[in-house]
Parts: sequence; C-alpha cells; structure tokens
Amino acid sequence: MSASRASRFNQRSLAPVLFLAPAILFFMFYVIFPIFQSMQISLYDWDGLGDKTFVGIDNYVELMDDEAFYTSLKNNVIWLVLYMLAIPAGLFIALFLNQTVFGMRLYKSLFFFPFVISQVVVGLVFTWFYDPSYGLLNVILGWFSLGPVTILGDETWVTYGIIFAGLWPQTAYCMILYITGLNAVDPEQIEAGRLDNAKGWNMLWYIILPQLKPATFIAIVVTVIGALRSFDLVSIMTAGGPWGSSRVLAYYMYEKAFSEYGFRMGYGAAIAVVLFLIMMIYITVFLVKMYRDEKGH
Amino acid sequence: MFPTPIERRSAAVQRLYKTALPFAMVLWLLPLIAVALTSVRSAGDITAGNYWGWPTSFNLAQNYSDIFTNTPLGSYMWNSVRVTVPTVIGTLALSCMSGFALAVYKFKGNMLVFFMFVAGNFVPFQILMVPVRDLTLQMGIYNTVTGLALFHIAFQTGFCTLFMRNFIRALPVELIEAARVEGVKEWRIFWFIILPLMRPAIAALAVLVFTFIWNDYFWATVLTQGAESQPVTAGLYSLNGQWVAAWHLVSAGSIVAALPPVAIFFLLQKHFIAGLTLGAVK
Repeated sequence: MSASRASRFNQRSLAPVLFLAPAILFFMFYVIFPIFQSMQISLYDWDGLGDKTFVGIDNYVELMDDEAFYTSLKNNVIWLVLYMLAIPAGLFIALFLNQTVFGMRLYKSLFFFPFVISQVVVGLVFTWFYDPSYGLLNVILGWFSLGPVTILGDETWVTYGIIFAGLWPQTAYCMILYITGLNAVDPEQIEAGRLDNAKGWNMLWYIILPQLKPATFIAIVVTVIGALRSFDLVSIMTAGGPWGSSRVLAYYMYEKAFSEYGFRMGYGAAIAVVLFLIMMIYITVFLVKMYRDEKGH
Repeated sequence: MFPTPIERRSAAVQRLYKTALPFAMVLWLLPLIAVALTSVRSAGDITAGNYWGWPTSFNLAQNYSDIFTNTPLGSYMWNSVRVTVPTVIGTLALSCMSGFALAVYKFKGNMLVFFMFVAGNFVPFQILMVPVRDLTLQMGIYNTVTGLALFHIAFQTGFCTLFMRNFIRALPVELIEAARVEGVKEWRIFWFIILPLMRPAIAALAVLVFTFIWNDYFWATVLTQGAESQPVTAGLYSLNGQWVAAWHLVSAGSIVAALPPVAIFFLLQKHFIAGLTLGAVK
C-alpha cells in the first residue's frame, strides 16, 4: 500500500519533467541561449567566419555615433505610432460588419483576407501599386491631375508608404479580434444603455468599449510587436532605401550582419540587443499583466 | 449602424448599407483584385503598359502553366510544404506535452518556465539570427529544409505552449482527479483523457502555425538559399528580381503562393480565429 503510494507520488513528481523536457530543451537551444549568445557576440568584432576579437562596448559606442542607427530608431518610432492606427481602423470595420445581413460571413472572411497572405505578397502588391510610371496610385492621382509621385523613391514618403502597406493586414487582424469581441458583448447591457438614452459615441465609449477591453489589449500587444518586428515589408519594398531612409532596426541589423554590405556580426548583434531591450519593455508589461490575471484566478 | 441591428433601421438606411458593403469590400481588396487581373494578362498588355485596365485577353491557363514550367516556382512550393508540414506536427507534439505539464502539475518554477515560453515567443528574430545561423552551419544543416523546420518547431513551441496551457487549464480538473483515484498512470491520463479533449486547440494551432510558417520570409532568407531548399516566399522575391518586367508572371506566382493559407483559412475559419484570439476574447 505504502509502496504503491510512494511510486505514484514519484510518478507524479517525475511526470512534469518528462512532459516538459523536449519542449524546454528545444526552446533553450534555439531561442533562450541564442539571446545570450547575441549579447556576447555584440562585444566582439567578428565577420562570422574568422577569429573573434574582443572589443568590449566598442560596438555600442560606435552605434552612438551612427547616423543610420538613429534613422532606423526614428523610423521604428514612426512605425510604432502609426501602426496603432490599425486598432481604431480595425474597430471601425468590425462595427461596420457587425450585422447579420445575407452573406455576412463571406464579407467578414474577405475583409480578413489580407492577414492570411504573406507579407512578401503584400509587399510586392504595394510596390506595384506605388510604381511611379504605371502604378494604380498614380493612375488615380492622374484622374485628379495630380502626381506623379514616387512614394518608394522619396526619402520623406517612403516609410509612410511602407507602413501604409503594413496597416492593411494589421487592420484586418485587429478587425477580427474586435469582431470576435463584439460577439461576446452583452445585449442586455446595450438595452440598458439604450434605456438610459445612450447612443452613438456614448454607447460606444461607455458600454461597448469597456466590454471590448480584452480584445483591445491583445490588439495592442500584437500591433506593438508587429511594428517592432517590421522587416519583411522593408526588405521587399525598398531594401532600406532610398539611401537607407526606410531602414528600421530589424532591417539595419540584417543589413550589417548579413548582406553584401558586409558581415559585421558583432555590430549587428549590438543593434539586435538594442531592439531586444526595447521589445523587453513590452514583453515585461505583458508578463506582469498575465501574472496579475493568474493571481486573480 | 452599430450596435443597432440593421433590421431596426429605416428601409433607406438598410438599402444604403447593403450597397456600401460590396463597395467597401472592393475598395479594401483593390490591391488583390488588381493582382488577380494582372495574373491573367498577356505579355503584350504588360509591354503596352495596360496594367490596370481590363485585360485584352485572358491568358489564365498560359500564365499559370508558365510559372510552373519556366520558373522553379513548383520546387519552391514543394520546399514550403516540406518545411511547413513537419513544423506543424513537431510543434503540436511538443506543445501538447509542455502545455499539459504546465497546466496540470504544481511544481516549483512552473510559472517561471511558462513565462520563459511566453517571453521567448515575443523576442525579435534579429537577436536570434547570428547564433541560430551559426548553429545551423555547425550542425551541417544550413540550407536544408530540415534546418529551417527545426528552428521553426522550437520557436513556435513558445506560442503554442501558451495557448495549450491556457486551454487545458479551462478543462474540468475533476476528470484528472477521478482518473488518479482510479490509479490511471499519468501518461495515460494525458493520452486518453486530455488529448482527445484538446482537439479544438490542436486544430486551431495547426491552422495558425501552418499559415505563420508558410508565410515566413525572414528565416527563409537567413537559413536557406537557392531553389533546392528555399520556400516559396523567398523564391517569389528572387523571381521578382529576375522577372522585373513580367508582372503578369510574378502576379500569377503571388496568387499561387497565397493559395494554400487562403484555402486553409476558408476551410477551417472557425479554428483559425479561435487560435488568433488566443482564447482571450471569448
């Protein structure tokens, strides 16, 4: 009796280890250790093949004087701010589609479409859309005798042009979060609000939005992370150009560490560490919120 | 219009809404519609600069067979399949187990391990790039679909563990307690009781991970090169470079590359959305 209880106890304390081991090992090997390795590499001068030379914080010191780094950082901030537009835009479309007319399911799916396709395809599509000689944008501007404009070739417009392309799938994502959220909105509260004469903005602000809080939270998290991860579109649409004006940290890192411009792994790693630290702020906020929710249970 | 059901509005508003709907949709999908139209244009249309007008002839069969016979697109597609399918299976296997362990057992460091997965899943790819590329080179699996799939499995496991763990936590615990009283072994509880209940979560994550991996571009360019191992995202980009003036072919290629995730989305929409919303918005 006591022997079997002991074995069952052992089994129960051993089980989590066995169930977790493969996932943890894999994750440690490919995700956790590389983070620390990158931090270490950022202290070296290394071309990826030959010997590493320890240079201390030289890479970071160089970064402080690197104009391209500040351009990338500035563009990251622009991305972060403008990407947030996906949230109200998604909410707007979700409210617009929150009806039960014939064919609504299909409409909702079609509106979600841009999120499902690859950013490579989105990037190519918008590159053609902006094309100065034949692009649809200039055709449309031509109707109003405006243009032509070279969005992707113009230092002032290029980042906004890319962000606009990125907002397309991101808005679709936020929209689906809100559509799902709206399904769960309590109709009784809406009726109660109606009795209190809440309409339009008041209804939205005081009755609907508070109930959409979980959706808004997830929308903010995925949008911030999406903005900081922006790489695909920059790479596809401009490769950071013209003259590096559309670089973001994620792309600049790649360019420094792994492109025809050279294999400066240490310098690239230093840029990645900066990006990581920025992202860590958001990750921490997310974890703290999760921790509180867990405690509340 | 919100949140008043449209049926309660006047006939005029209803009519307005029903006209606005398709109009808004066309506007929203305009870039895609243009690509779809371009993909059936003739080469003549392209040289004549007829990019956005109505195609003078519909070369659907010719353009779409051209991209498979005259470009390596077919082999890029096949590489994508070879990376995506094992990744989906591997990720689900690992995260079902880890999610189960984190949801069911109380042990020291449970929360810590859980947060490690969550945090890791949000990390910027760039901080992993140099070491992971180096690792892959040292293991001799650089520029192979295996190398790419192994990394994807590890990374996606972070996100999937988060989802699986929360899903299992919402299941009734009494089931597990009852089984334990009966003396059922732990792995049998996992296999015969929990796993069948996890089917919706497995479906949701399978669809989602498939889409993420199929659409991945960054790791495809970092860990592979050339048509023998590159997936379709990276392949499409290099095709675009070689076929600068052949918009009709690149468009056809883009459509083909987008089809698998789109098809899966339409077939398994419910699961897809359940996965995306992370169970947070019910």
